[in-house]
Amino acid sequence: MAAVQDGPMELDAEKEAKPEILSDGTSNLSGNTASGTLSSSPLTAAPAGGAPKMEDQQTLIAVLQFLKRNKLSESVEILRREAGLGEHQEGSQATDGSGGGKGDGDGGDANSLLSRVSITSAAAPQSMPVKSDCIINIFRCDLPFMFMLSEDQPDVSVVLSAYSQQGDPPLYQVYYSGLKNFIESVLDCHRAELSQLFYPLFVHMYLELVYNNHETEAKAFFDKFSGDQECYYQDDLHILCGLTKKEHLKGNEVLLDFRTSRFVLHISRDSYQLLKRHLQERHNNQIWNIIQEHLYIDIFDGMPRSKSQIDSMSGSLAGEAKREVNKAKVFYGLLKEPEIEVPLDDEDDEAENEEGKPKKKKTKKDSLGSKSKKQDPNAPQQNRIPLPELKDSDKLDKIMYMKESTKRIRLGPENLPSICFYTFLNAFQGLTAVDFTDDSSLLAGGFADSTVRVWSVTPKKLRKVKSAGELNVIEKESDDVLERIMDEKTASESKILHGHSGPVYGVSFSPDRNYLLSSSEDGTVRLWSLQTFTCLVGYKGHNYPVWDTHFSPFGYYFVSGGHDRVARLWATDHYQPLRIFAGHLADVTCTRFHPNSNYVATGSTDRTVRLWDVLNANCVRILTGHKGPIHSLAFSPNGKFLASGSTDGRVLLWDIGHGLMIGELKGHTDTIYALKFSRDGEILASGSMDNTVRLWDSMKAFDEVETDDFTATTGHIHLPDNSQELLLGMYHSKSTPVTHLHFTRRNLLLAAGAYNSQ
Amino acid sequence: MAEERRQKLCSVILPTESMKAMAESVGVGSLQEESCLALSEEVSYRIKEIAQDALKFMHHGKRRKLTTGDIDHALKLKNVEPLYGFQSQEFIPFRFASGGGRELHFYEEKEVDLSDIINTPLPRVPLDVSLKVPKEQQKTDSTEPLKAVKPGQEEEGSIQTKGQGANSAEVKGKEKMRMKPRSTHELSVEQQLYYKEITEACVGSCEAKRAEALQSIATDPGLYQMLPRFSTFISEGVRVNVVQNNLALLIYLMRMVKALMDNPTLYLEKYLHELIPAVVTCIVSKQLCLRPDVDNHWALRDFAARLMAQSCKTFSTTTNNIQSRITKTFTKSLLDDKTQWTTRYGCIAGLAELGHDVIKTLIIPRLSVEGARIKAVMDGPVVSNIDKIGADHVQSLLLKHCACVVAKTRPLPDMVDQYKADYGYLGTMLCSHVVKARAQAAFQAQTVNRTTLTITQPRPTLSMSQSGLSASSGSRTPSIIKVPSSLTLMSTRPGTPTQPSPPATKYIVMATSAGAASTQQVITLSSSQSGSSVTSTVPSTPTSLQPLVKLESGTTGAVSGPRPLQKYIVVSLPSSSSSLENKGSGVIPSSTSPISMESAVKLERSESPAANTQSPH
Repeated sequence: MAAVQDGPMELDAEKEAKPEILSDGTSNLSGNTASGTLSSSPLTAAPAGGAPKMEDQQTLIAVLQFLKRNKLSESVEILRREAGLGEHQEGSQATDGSGGGKGDGDGGDANSLLSRVSITSAAAPQSMPVKSDCIINIFRCDLPFMFMLSEDQPDVSVVLSAYSQQGDPPLYQVYYSGLKNFIESVLDCHRAELSQLFYPLFVHMYLELVYNNHETEAKAFFDKFSGDQECYYQDDLHILCGLTKKEHLKGNEVLLDFRTSRFVLHISRDSYQLLKRHLQERHNNQIWNIIQEHLYIDIFDGMPRSKSQIDSMSGSLAGEAKREVNKAKVFYGLLKEPEIEVPLDDEDDEAENEEGKPKKKKTKKDSLGSKSKKQDPNAPQQNRIPLPELKDSDKLDKIMYMKESTKRIRLGPENLPSICFYTFLNAFQGLTAVDFTDDSSLLAGGFADSTVRVWSVTPKKLRKVKSAGELNVIEKESDDVLERIMDEKTASESKILHGHSGPVYGVSFSPDRNYLLSSSEDGTVRLWSLQTFTCLVGYKGHNYPVWDTHFSPFGYYFVSGGHDRVARLWATDHYQPLRIFAGHLADVTCTRFHPNSNYVATGSTDRTVRLWDVLNANCVRILTGHKGPIHSLAFSPNGKFLASGSTDGRVLLWDIGHGLMIGELKGHTDTIYALKFSRDGEILASGSMDNTVRLWDSMKAFDEVETDDFTATTGHIHLPDNSQELLLGMYHSKSTPVTHLHFTRRNLLLAAGAYNSQ
Repeated sequence: MAEERRQKLCSVILPTESMKAMAESVGVGSLQEESCLALSEEVSYRIKEIAQDALKFMHHGKRRKLTTGDIDHALKLKNVEPLYGFQSQEFIPFRFASGGGRELHFYEEKEVDLSDIINTPLPRVPLDVSLKVPKEQQKTDSTEPLKAVKPGQEEEGSIQTKGQGANSAEVKGKEKMRMKPRSTHELSVEQQLYYKEITEACVGSCEAKRAEALQSIATDPGLYQMLPRFSTFISEGVRVNVVQNNLALLIYLMRMVKALMDNPTLYLEKYLHELIPAVVTCIVSKQLCLRPDVDNHWALRDFAARLMAQSCKTFSTTTNNIQSRITKTFTKSLLDDKTQWTTRYGCIAGLAELGHDVIKTLIIPRLSVEGARIKAVMDGPVVSNIDKIGADHVQSLLLKHCACVVAKTRPLPDMVDQYKADYGYLGTMLCSHVVKARAQAAFQAQTVNRTTLTITQPRPTLSMSQSGLSASSGSRTPSIIKVPSSLTLMSTRPGTPTQPSPPATKYIVMATSAGAASTQQVITLSSSQSGSSVTSTVPSTPTSLQPLVKLESGTTGAVSGPRPLQKYIVVSLPSSSSSLENKGSGVIPSSTSPISMESAVKLERSESPAANTQSPH
């Protein structure tokens, strides 16, 4: 590969390249092999041969093929665009080369060269020397990407070394303001798009100044231009303004995030051309270098986007998501419901209601039959993820669920749910997490004093199972053995679970109500038994605070996310994680399972929501648009949509299948800590720190967008600003922030929060 | 964008003096300036870093306040040993000190004697966390489906506190999000004392105290917290005293209602459900006193009817429909043949007070029927005295109210025969009343539609309250003339001769005119019995009800002159000395004084026309 690049170069250039390879220090050996290949290559041996143009093209084709083999499709595209090569050209050339063994005498070697190149490059992708024009640019694009793949936490020095080249420090301001003047002078339609460059350029230029010890210049630069940045970057700017010394750069996470991930911008081709021309005219290499090295510009064809379109999607720590990231297919459909024959004995219950019976039967057939007969085309394979077998008790519960759902109230804009608020008293600001069981019979609260408390919210009290000795005495064949094993003496309305050594930040019930998960500042996730009210397992893996945990809707699996910026998938019977979902650039603040259990959504402080495939731990969606850390997530019951709420008080709605934002619900004035869809998905309830519960018309929000054309390649959508129309109700509490929301099976909305006496 | 934030974003670093001071505290004497600078930059950066991490813990702890615990956790993240034992009673525990050209902020660390800590009794254990849920939630798993009610319609379920008892302050937290339970507020000790004093004075025996108390209720701006209690007091009081036929107490309670209504800072609408039944009871109850033949319960009915009319005027809206509901109630019992005279009287009074339109549409058509009924009692065989008195009162009431209405509506020639044909038995008397009313109207037209402020002999109890009524009409609009409690307007009926003459009251008329020094006149008003005008008196006929006013100050001319810019403030001085009382009873009216009073009123009227709404009855 190195050979290919160096092909058209002079020999001194090759010599220059060598020390660079060595200085990389990662793999001397492969570097040498590379250069060995290089010298033996017939391509380089032909010094400025008869048809240099043709040769160039050959080189390009070889590179393209290599890239294709390595699935670096973006680079292929860019390269092809840059070189002005058509697909057909490449194809014909390739067949010519391999089949013909003809003409120039190089064609036959192209293949052998390619094979060699691929070997070496596979061995040492880092060893690529980086130099010169368009091809190199492309490789630069991919380089850090490979770094990321190879090492999760890149070495700081490697990362920072990119800053070593520097221009004249006082000129930075000139460069920046030059670009600013240019962007301000271009046509309106391009200005909005090019304005996206300001923030990443500003940050990188500032960091470059800091890295090179130009402290005063850095400060002046910051003071001069920080005010120009979009207001949603304020949080990051606050952190940046603290960074004034080279020493600070080491170990600063935000900086690392900025360095390891390339800031992604979506820019239309026209705007990009405009920018490129300008920079080339001005010979503004400093900025051009930064754009090449630290930014990823995703160029699309079509109309430039408007300011509001850009604003709705930007805001994340690392820019927008690359388009191809969200191209993967997501099976968002629901799994087939298991066939459960409704036992006959339930007619006893309903016997008194003669009219109710046939009705019930019918509805059951409708809801069940349609689901089970017609497999949802978007649903994953039933066994894509192995799911636990249904136990008898689960089946009973399913039957209960069906019975309840026939009595469900149909909600809508005309028929809002009643809200019942569970207020925690005397919590002294210590309530950090709440969860309800699906059947709304139990309530768990996590507290800052490291305890987890479980309440029964039905008259049925919580009882422990008897001790082993007592259990021995029980006659096991008796009908009421399940009743007998419970110890009446321990009956109480609430139980306290001690075990954590730090504030509990997340709690989650298992669907069968036998277990409870809690995640804590102490870095562990604990599994508690709700039969014995003791801790069963402590899952250690996150070494830092675990912010959230959530049980799979089918039990057995659960997911946790924490300060270590990864989310982990666990199974209750494994003490080590089964999957690690890595990619977030900052803390993973909330985790939710998809209703079909095949995907996990995580929200993060880096202001993105990611969707991960449980099967292979791939990130299948990156959703950007939030302007603050995300603290709540909710899947719609049909699995098609996702709602996310953040500290900026906005709820964003996402279409999972297309990976697009489809709605923005504005209204809350503080962090949204709770989101929940009603059982049928008609209503979205959001609860916030601002002491309100708001109800939104989610059906309307989804319907309005669904009519639009998603297939447009640009994927840019115009968000209607209709929050006020969608807001169905707003309910204030006196002084109780809403920590959790839950719809009962009959669509009564339960809310929970701690009364705040201050 | 964000220009204002630019200032915030500049990086702040700790002063090097702090570094020096800290270095000294750990025994490093001389620290070079450069090292100080380097240190302070480094320390500032680290502090910022920790603060930013601590914020994360605050967010996840779902709090708005950063705690020392958050800082500890942030330190733990950085593998720094947390600070131990940092706790502070204050929000910012730092002290400031300066001296020797240095300024310092420091944390005050007191030396603690361990034995003190050991010997102090343990602090109270804080209450345990408890969960408060609406009771209806307890039956979520009952089979009947939960009703989907809109949040606004949720019934207020009783509230149950699970777990340990929570103290009352915290129980106050809301339950249903939109429902605001009508809360009775805790009263402070002072308020409790005040409430006790006021209620005792209002129903006590001392008239002076009562006047003061009522005055207080009518003017004090801070009574809203006690309003629910007053309202209950009145409604309960009426309930009990109606049964016991305690006329005096009923009158007192009605006067309290009056005073409450007069208070511009109180809004009674929320308590009308308690007050209106009480007032209506006082209007239409069959029996209000122990001896119906002797006691003047009619006055109470009149008074209560006026209260009713007033509250209708003030509070009736299209949603609560107070007026139409009240009218219906009255009309229904009026139409009932079996209704007793007392109740009948109350109904007619209640309706009549609602205005001329009501009289015209509901009472005048009934005149002939009522006349026949009265005739039956008057001319019929000897019936009980009580019935006769009742019929008599109803008759005069009807005449009084209908006369002015008829005078306005009926074309001029007042032929007795015609009246008789139209109104039956009452026609004759009505005719004479109408003639009188027309004459009076003509007289009033002559005197430039002055408002007659007629002062008649007040009855000790009721007249006072009536005066309150008039005052209230003034106080609804910001009026400058404040008619004090003992200045009475119009007693509908002259008092019984047995009543002692009331004490004379002194009035100070403050006249302030632009430019001129304010003059002050003391007027003593008193009233004597005008014996001739017993039954046939048409109220507010100037001849029969001349107020007796004596001007003590001689500067009458200053007052009587028409000065549009003058303002009069009339202040009442409660008569404490008996000499005044004696004097008052024998005073002969001076001819100038009524004019002067009237002119005062006129002047007032010209400034704010609504101020004096007391129209002639």
